Amino acid sequence: MSTTPQSTSTPRKILVLGATSGIAEATCRIWASQGASLFLVARNAEKLAAVAADLKTRGASYVDTAVADLDDTDQHPALLAHAVNSLTGMDIAYLAHGVLGDQLEAERDFNTAAQILHTNFMAPISLLTWLANFCVQRHAGTLAVLSSVAGERGRKSNYVYGSSKAGLSAFLDGLRNRIDREGVTVLTIKPGPTKTAMTAGMPRSEKFADVDSVAESIVSAIDKRRDILYVPFQWQPIMFIIRNIPERIFKKLNL
Amino acid sequence: MQSPFESWGRYPTYGAKLLPLHWQSDFPALTANLHNGALPVGMGRSYGDVCLLKDGNLLVTTAMNRLIDFNPETGLLTAEAGVSLAQILDFAVPRGFFLPVSPGTKYVTLGGAIANDIHGKNHHSAGTFGRHITQFELVRSDGSHMLCSPTENPDFYAATIGGLGLTGVITWATLRLKPIVSRKIDYEGIQFHGIDEFLDLTNQAHDIEYTVSWVDVTSKGGNFARGVFMQGDHSAKKDDLKPSPKPKLIFPFEAPGFALNSLSVSLFNTAFFHKQIHKRAVALQDYEPFFYPLDKVLRWNRMYGKRGLLQFQYVIPWEHAKEGTVAILREVANSGLASFLAVLKAFGDVPSPGMMSFPKPGITLALDFPIKPDKSFPLFQRLADMTLEFGGRLYPAKDAAMTAHQFQSFYPQWEQFARFRDPMLTSSFWERVTPNS
Repeated sequence: MSTTPQSTSTPRKILVLGATSGIAEATCRIWASQGASLFLVARNAEKLAAVAADLKTRGASYVDTAVADLDDTDQHPALLAHAVNSLTGMDIAYLAHGVLGDQLEAERDFNTAAQILHTNFMAPISLLTWLANFCVQRHAGTLAVLSSVAGERGRKSNYVYGSSKAGLSAFLDGLRNRIDREGVTVLTIKPGPTKTAMTAGMPRSEKFADVDSVAESIVSAIDKRRDILYVPFQWQPIMFIIRNIPERIFKKLNL
Repeated sequence: MQSPFESWGRYPTYGAKLLPLHWQSDFPALTANLHNGALPVGMGRSYGDVCLLKDGNLLVTTAMNRLIDFNPETGLLTAEAGVSLAQILDFAVPRGFFLPVSPGTKYVTLGGAIANDIHGKNHHSAGTFGRHITQFELVRSDGSHMLCSPTENPDFYAATIGGLGLTGVITWATLRLKPIVSRKIDYEGIQFHGIDEFLDLTNQAHDIEYTVSWVDVTSKGGNFARGVFMQGDHSAKKDDLKPSPKPKLIFPFEAPGFALNSLSVSLFNTAFFHKQIHKRAVALQDYEPFFYPLDKVLRWNRMYGKRGLLQFQYVIPWEHAKEGTVAILREVANSGLASFLAVLKAFGDVPSPGMMSFPKPGITLALDFPIKPDKSFPLFQRLADMTLEFGGRLYPAKDAAMTAHQFQSFYPQWEQFARFRDPMLTSSFWERVTPNS
C-alpha cells in the first residue's frame, strides 16, 4: 500500500534466515527501500511479524515469512523449497541466525557447548548444502553468511562461540573454492562487536559498531561480489595481528 | 551494571541501569523483577532530569524503531515509539510528506515527542505534537495493553500526551503527516528592535506557517531586546524530494569553561544580528538548516564544557506576556550571565489534548546558560519566581532547577495527573518536584 521510490530493474529475490537478528534487520531495511522481494525466516512469530510489517512499509515489493526453528535441520529442505517457490527464484541467500551462548555455562556443560555449535555451525551447514546445490544448478546466486571475527582465534572469553564461527568460516572457504567456478558467490561476513540485541548490556557496548553502517557495508559487499568482508574494515588489520601473536604470548593474555 | 546516562544539558548526571527495549513485548517482561523503579527514555535530548532516574532502570526505546503502516492517501504513519523524527523524515520526505510539528532537533523519538508534547515554529497554526497523534498503545507494568485515542481511553490519552513517560510505555503511535512538494522553505528574516516590534511582526505573520525569533539577550540600552524574526512556509514549487545527507560534523571536544563568557557571547550575538545586513532578507532554504540549525553539529552541547548547561523556557499568557518578557530580559541582561541561544515565539490558541502540556497562548522564551554554580542557580530561581508572578509556567523538558513549590504552582493539575502514573515508573524530575506525593 505504500508508494516507494524504486529502481526500475526487476526486484532482487532475497531469502533471509534469522531475519529478526539486529544485523539482518538493518540489512533488510536497505534492501526493502530498494524494492527487493524478501522471504523472512525466524523463530518468534510476533517479532517476525513486526519486522515484516516494517519492511513492507519501507517499500519491499514482496514480503513472505515462515516461522521456523532453524536448529531443526530435518525441516530445512522443505522450508528452503517453500521459500524459493514463494520468491519464484532466489538471487541472494542471507544467513544471519546464530547465538552468542553462555561461555561459562558451556565450560561446565558439554550440552550447552554442543547446542551453540549446533545452532552456529551444523544448522548453517545444512542450509548451505541445499542452497549451494540449488545455486550451482542455476549457475547463479550469492550466499552471504554472517560469521564473526571471533572465529579468527580462540579466546578464553568466548571460544565456544568463536570455534563455531571458525568452523563456519573454514566451511565457507571450502565451499567458495568449490562453487565460485560455477558462477556462485560465497561471501563470508566477519563483523566485529556490533550494537544489537545480542550484545545489549555487554560492557563497553556503547563503543560497538553502529548496526546501520555495518548493514550498508554488507549490502555493498554483496553488490560487489566480494569474498570476505571485515566490518568495520579496521578489524582486518587488527585480526591479522591477533592471529599472528605467538601462542606462547597469546595464552598469557586476557582477551 | 550502572552506566552514566547524560541528558542533553549534561546536568545533572546520575548512574542508572540501561535496559534496551528491542521489541514491543519486552516491557514489562524485561522488568519483572526490578526494584528502584524504571523510566522509558529515548535519545536523551531533554535538557534536565525528566529523562533521568538516579540509581534506577532506564528503558531505552531507540531500538524499538520499526514502521508498522503508512497510508499515502491519508498521511497516517504508524510506527514503534523508539523511531526518531530523523528516521521519520528520511522515510517521509522522499514520499512527499513532512512532520506536522517539529522541534529544534530531529534527534528525538516519537515516544519522547509525545511524552513531552513538544511544540515547534508552527505552534500558532498547528498546536502541539500531541494534536497530530491519532492513537497510540500504552503498556502498563501490570502487563495491560491500552489503545488510547481521543475516543478510546481518552483519560489516559490526555494524561500520556505531555505525561513525561510516567503513565506507561508507549509501544507504538499513529502520527498524521502533512503533504509537501519540496524540501525547501520560503524564508524571510526581519530585524526588530524591542518587544513591540516583535509583537507587530507576530501579528503580521498570522497566515505564515512557521515563525520564530532569535533575541539578543546581552544587549542593553537602545539595543535592548533586538533580534531577528524568522518566518517561512513550505515552498509550493515542486522540487526534488531526495533524502537528507548524513551529518558528519561532531563537536569534537569539551570546551574549556572560559570559552563561553559574557564577552564572547555578546560578540557572537552582535555578529549574528549584523550577519543579516539588511532589515529584511529573503531566501529559498532547505528545511534542514531552517528547522535544525544545530543538528549539523552533532554534540553541540559539549560547547558548554563538562559542567553543562541550564535551560530556562517559560510561557507567559498574553495578559502579562509583554511586561513579563521585558522584565525577564532585563533581569538576564543585568545579571551579566550569557545566554548563547535565546529563542522567542508567540504560542497560538490551538488547545493541546495533553493534561500536563506546557504550551498555552502567550509568549514563550527559551534561554540557556552555562552552569556557574554560584550564579546560575540564584538567577534561575529569580526568573522562575518572576514567571510565577506573571502567571506563566516553565517547561519540564528543559528544566533542571525548578522547585517543588514552583512546579506545583505552575501545574496545579499535577495531583490529578499523578493518578494516571504507572506505579513502577518515575523520574528524577518527578521525585524532585513532587517529594510530598
